[in-house]
Order: sequence, then structure tokens, then C-alpha cells
Amino acid sequence: MNPKVADKIATTVLYIVSGIIIIILASLLGYILFQGLPHISWHFLTSPAQSFEAGGGIGIQLFNSFYLLLLAMLISTPISLGAGIYLSEYAKKNWLTDVIRTSIEILSSLPSVVVGLFGFLIFVLQFKFGFSILSGALALTVFNLPLLTRNVEDSLRGVEYEQREAGLALGLSRWETVLHVVIPEALPGIITGMILGAGRVFGEAAALIYTAGQSAPALDFTDWNPANIASPLNPFRPAETLAVHIWKINSEGIQPDAVAVSAGASAVLVLAVLLFNLGARYFGNRLFKKMTAS
Amino acid sequence: MDPIREAMLKKSRSAKLEQRGKLISLLCISLIVIVVVAIFFFVASKGLATFFQNKINLWSFLSKSVWNPSIKDAHGNPEVGALPMIVGSFGVTFLSAIIATPFAVGAGIFMTEISRKWGQKILQPVIELLVGIPSVVYGFIGLSVIVPFIRHIFGGTGFGILAGTFVLFVMILPTVTSMTVDALKAVPRHYREASLALGATRWQTTYRVVLRAAIPGILTGIVFGMARAFGEALAVQMVIGNAALLPKNLVSPASTLTSVLTSGIGNTVMGSLDNNALWSLALLLLLMSLAFNLLIRWIGKKGELNK
Repeated sequence: MNPKVADKIATTVLYIVSGIIIIILASLLGYILFQGLPHISWHFLTSPAQSFEAGGGIGIQLFNSFYLLLLAMLISTPISLGAGIYLSEYAKKNWLTDVIRTSIEILSSLPSVVVGLFGFLIFVLQFKFGFSILSGALALTVFNLPLLTRNVEDSLRGVEYEQREAGLALGLSRWETVLHVVIPEALPGIITGMILGAGRVFGEAAALIYTAGQSAPALDFTDWNPANIASPLNPFRPAETLAVHIWKINSEGIQPDAVAVSAGASAVLVLAVLLFNLGARYFGNRLFKKMTAS
Repeated sequence: MDPIREAMLKKSRSAKLEQRGKLISLLCISLIVIVVVAIFFFVASKGLATFFQNKINLWSFLSKSVWNPSIKDAHGNPEVGALPMIVGSFGVTFLSAIIATPFAVGAGIFMTEISRKWGQKILQPVIELLVGIPSVVYGFIGLSVIVPFIRHIFGGTGFGILAGTFVLFVMILPTVTSMTVDALKAVPRHYREASLALGATRWQTTYRVVLRAAIPGILTGIVFGMARAFGEALAVQMVIGNAALLPKNLVSPASTLTSVLTSGIGNTVMGSLDNNALWSLALLLLLMSLAFNLLIRWIGKKGELNK
């Protein structure tokens, strides 16, 4: 074949392939939004779910998702910061660091269902937390830690070495240099990574089915004492999240309006994740502008 | 002792801070390592119980095709053959990777070689959005669009390996594409220039030079995608039909390791054979993810040598 003709054909094929990918995404988003958005109302977002009748909402699941996300991020942020600092500032090039890096790699490639089963075994049964928000948050921490750690490490490594030298030359210890010089400069990257991680955690379900549980007991939104069982803040109550709810009603639900509810819930979930992604970019850029001269 | 000498010999505030800081960060990193070791230890101890406590033969576990741990067969042995799940898992993984690879490589070439501008403006955000969509949403769409579609065309229930393959194809496409793009971008510019200077067309340059140089990176991306497909649980569980039978064709209900785990663990009693057998499946899943990891490392090493 004439090379020029082959070039034309190949280019056309590549245009078609790229077009198909865009059509797939467009139809995915279109389907979710067109099916889901009409079903979203204030009533849908705030009322509790129904097991047997139509007209249930996702109020409790939505709250659970956000609360679980908050707890998981509260636990995993400091740990990933510490681990990231160790890897970028203290780790020497030796077998120990190799072992650490390998285990982070392995942890990040573990299927989330295995993480969920591990959480079930350790947090739910061994530590006797039961199916609870706390078990779920710890499982999500395990799931999220390797990616957050890698993000912190990369952000810290992006900071020029001169900055550290300047800090050290002023007589600061390495730890103080990291805390007061390196981290502030790396903050935009770290925060962007944290928000993206939050989006991933928000949609995660497989790690939660056997840790945070599949039931959403009624909550009393006037009672904010964490020790009471009906209080929304109680970390020891079972908490079905939005993502788990979608899975549950589709695989074992018997509500007559299961399709409508899951379409609505999917739309909410996708919109939330989109907001997280856009928010990550927006905050990252703003912070970067605010903290640097550019 | 002389107070000045004493002050000189004592550790400064900064030195103490430094020590404390280093200790804190070391504790954080050891926590991660401990978690990894613990995962392996606990899953292995549960998963191996099937073979040591319940005396199930490892080979029959892997090769028999009847999964019914609570019922005993004619010889009084419980029926724990994991072959249907293993076939199901590998089936959806390979099929989805085979479909996703040409799309991913095509999109990658489009984004790096043909139109960087459109690639950056349209395809890049499209792929980032696809990564962000939660897996249950993919499962729901599979259930409400793909399964009825397959039922309409091929008959039957519509649940099965084909539905799982389609769902996984969309799920792993962004992973493979973005890694392919990285691999293509890493090919030095002068490779392309040299080839173009010899009079090669853009496609000849891409096909004969750039793709060859980027192969280790692209392979890594494919294996990453396969690892993700192998471990994906809920989206697959929703569309595959969950029948622990050896799949006869692509549109008969089947099951994967992950689908049996998600639907089974809650319905069995801890410590019973049913439960242990499920943990063995989890162990198998863990080992496979380790194998994918090793494969990626191996490809990376091979790729380095060639340079």
C-alpha cells in the first residue's frame, strides 16, 4: 500500500477511536443525568430510605457518606503526611526503603474487596467495633493511605532543594524546615491530592459492605451527642453509604421504584465526585496563586 | 559541672524536635508496612485453613468445577471446586483488556502524535471524568442498559461474562489510556524527528518508531488495567449473574472470585468450611494482585535494559 494512503487511513481510524471514547463518556453521563436528575428533589435528598414501598429518599445515606468521608480523611491525612515526609526527607537509599516502597505499591494495587474483608476481620470482629462508621473509616483509611502518601511524597519532592538548604542555613532542624518551609510550598499539590482522594473514597463501596454495614438505622437529627445510639454523630452505629445503597437496592432490593431511586442516587454520586474533581483543580490553582508570586 | 559545658553537651531544643519529628514520620510509615503484613497474614491464615483444617486438596480446589461447600458429594467430601470462579475472573479480565487495548492505544496516539491540542482539551478531561465515576454507577448502568441490550440481541438472561466484559472495558479504559499517553510522551522527540527526516509519514513514524519505543510502558498500563479488572467487585457482581457454574458461553450467568466473595461472606458462619473456602478465594485474589505487581516490575526491568 502507498504509505501516504496508509497514513490517511490510520489517521481516520484514530479519529474514529477517539470519537467513540468521547461518545461513550457522553452517553454515560447523559444517561445518568437524564435518568437521575428528574428524580432528585429536596424530599429525595432528605427523607429516609424505604425498604418495601416507593417514595424513599437517600437522606441518611447521604449524611453517612459525608460523615464517613470526614472521619476517614481525619484519620488518613496525618498518617499520610507523616509517611510522605519520611519517604521524601528521611528515607535513605537502602533495602529498608525498598521494602517500604514495595509494600506501599502492593497496598495500592490490592482489590478494594480484599481491603474490605481485612477490615471485616480486624476492625469488625477482632477489635469488636461491629458494623460501624469507625470500622468503615478505618477500612477506607487502609484503602486510601498508599495513594495519599504517594501524593504527599511527590508534592514534597517537587519543592526545590534550595528551599531546604535555605531553611537549614538559618539554623532550623530538618523537621522544622519541612514543617515551616517545605510543606507550605507543597500545600497546593497536597490539598489537590487530598480532594481527589476524597472523591475516590466518596464513591467506594466494596470496602464498606462488610465494614460500615448495609443498614441505615433511623437517625434523630436533633440529637448531636455522639454517645447516643440514634445520634448522627455516633461512630459506632452501622452506616450504609450512598454507593453501598445503590449496590444494595440493585442486587437485593425489592422497592417498586428501585430503578428510579438508584438512578437518582447515581446522579447525586456522580455530581458529588465531579464537584470534588473540579474543586480540587480550583482550590489547587487558587492556593498556588495565593502562596506564590505567580 | 561547669554550666556552660553542661549546656554545650545537652541536646539542643532543635535536636530534640528533629528526633521527635523523625520518630513520628517513621511511625507513620511503619504503620503502613504493618498493615500490609497484617493483611497478608490474616487473609492467608484464614484462607489456608481450608487446606489444613478442612483437609481440602489444593489441586481439587483449583480444578474441580462444582462449588457447593455446604453439601457433600458421594464420597463424603465437600464440593469446593473454585474453577468456575477462576475461569470467570480470568475470562472477564482478559476479554476486557483485549477490547480496551486498541481503544487505549488509539486514543493515546491521537493525544500525543496527531492532535495534542484536541487531546489536551477534550480527551484528557474525558478520561479524567471516566476515572472518577464510582464503580457502583458503572454496575447500575450495566444492569439497566447493557444487560437488557445483550438479552435483546442474544436472548437468555443477559447476565454473564459478556456484560461483565463491557462494564470492565469502560472501567479500565481510562487507566490504560492515561498510562499509554505517559509512555508515548516519554519517547524522546529526536526519535520522531529522525524518522520524519528519513521521509517517513506520520503513521510510519508512529507505528515503526514511537510505538516500538513505548511498548514497555504500554504493557505496564495494560497489566495495571488487568489488575484493576481482576479485583473489581461490585460492578461485576451486579451484571455477571452470580451462578457458580462453569460458563458455557459468554452470555450464560457466571461468577468471579470477587462476586462470590461479596455475595457470600455475609451469609456464612465464621470458621465453617463455607466461610473458609471463601477466604481461600480471597487469598487467591490477593496472590493474583501480587502476581500482577511482579509482572509490572518485570516489564519495567526489561524495558530499562532495552534502553
